[in-house]
Amino acid sequence: MLDALILAILVLLAVAAVKERDLLGATAITGVYSLMMALLWVRMNAVDVAYTEAAVGAGISTVLMLAALARVGRQERPPRADAPRAPLPMPLLACLLTGAALVYGTLDMPRVGDPGAPANIHPDLVIRFLASADRADGSLGEVGPLNTVTSVLGDYRGYDTLGETTVIFTAALCVSLLLRHAPRAPSPAASMPASADVVTAPRRRRRGGTP
Amino acid sequence: MIDRPMADATILRTVVRFMVPFIQLFGLYTYAHGESSPGGGFQGGVIIAASFVLLALVNGWRYGRDAAPESTSDLLAPAGVLVYGLTGFGALLFGGAFLEYAAYVDQTDPHAVHLAHHLGLVSIELGVTLTVSAAMVTLYFEMARPDDAPAASPPPGGGPADV
Repeated sequence: MLDALILAILVLLAVAAVKERDLLGATAITGVYSLMMALLWVRMNAVDVAYTEAAVGAGISTVLMLAALARVGRQERPPRADAPRAPLPMPLLACLLTGAALVYGTLDMPRVGDPGAPANIHPDLVIRFLASADRADGSLGEVGPLNTVTSVLGDYRGYDTLGETTVIFTAALCVSLLLRHAPRAPSPAASMPASADVVTAPRRRRRGGTP
Repeated sequence: MIDRPMADATILRTVVRFMVPFIQLFGLYTYAHGESSPGGGFQGGVIIAASFVLLALVNGWRYGRDAAPESTSDLLAPAGVLVYGLTGFGALLFGGAFLEYAAYVDQTDPHAVHLAHHLGLVSIELGVTLTVSAAMVTLYFEMARPDDAPAASPPPGGGPADV
C-alpha cells in the first residue's frame, strides 16, 4: 500500500518535472523525486543505495544543477510554434515499451525477502557471508565485514571500486580544467534580455571591451 | 544569488556554522562504520563535501572556498586514488594478487587474514572518501565560481588574457 503510494507520487513528480518550464522549480522537483526514491530503497531494505540516493541524488546533484542554473538562466525556451510534430507521441511509446520489457524481466525474479531465493539458500553464498557467531563450527566467515554491500564493493569487486573512484577524480579534473581559467562571462542577470523567457548562453567578455 | 552571502539571515548563518562540524563528524562516522552498517567511503565523502557546499550557500562562495581551499582539494582528490592504488600494489609486493588484502599477512592464521581484510577495506575506503569529498567540493566550487573571483594560480602557459 505504502509502496503503491510512493510509486504514484514518483510518477506525478516525474510528469511535473517534465512539464515545469521554470528550471529552478524542475530542479527542486527532481530533488524531491530522489528523496522519494530513497524512501523506496529503504522499503526494499537496500539501505546503502538509499543512503547514496539521498546524499547524491537529492543533495549534491540538486545543488550542482542550481549552480549551473545560476549561469544559464532559469527559464526554459518555449517550444517554437512552427516546430514539426511527430504523428505519435514517440517518447511516450518508447518509455512504455522499455518499461514493459523491464517489468517482463522482473517476472522471473524471486519476491523481495523470499527465504527460498537462491541468494539465501545457495551454499557458497551462505557460507561466505555468515558471521562467525552464526556458523555451526564457530569458524570465521570468508570475509569480515558485517555489511554485505561493503564486502562486495571493497573485497570481491575492489577493482571496480578503484575504477569508480578514478572516474570521480577524472570528473573533478575535467571540470577544473574547463572552468577554472575560462574567461568569465558577465553575470547571467546582466546578460539576460528584457524578455525573461529566452535562454541566453553566457557570452564571452570581449577582450579590451568596456567592462 | 549563489555567490553572495545571505547578509541579513543571521540566524541561518550562525546555525549553519554551528552545524558544519557535526555534519562532517557524521560523514566520518559514515566512512568508518561503512564496514558494519550502511554507508561507506562514497557516502561519507559526499556528506563531508555537502558540509562545505552548505557553508558556501549560506555564507558566500569565498567563505566556503576559504574553509575548503583550492590547494587542499586539488591535493586530496588524486591522493585518494593514490591511497587506493597503493593498497592494491602493496599486495603485489607481498606476493599476492592486486588488492588481495590477505597477502599482507600470514595466510595460515585465519584471524590475521580477518584483520587484513578489515584494514584493507579501511584503507581503500579512506581513499574513496578523500577522492569523493575533494572531487565533489571541486565540482561545486568550480561551477558556482562567481565572475569576479580571483584565479588561485595563473593560467598554464599564459592563457587568454582576462581583462
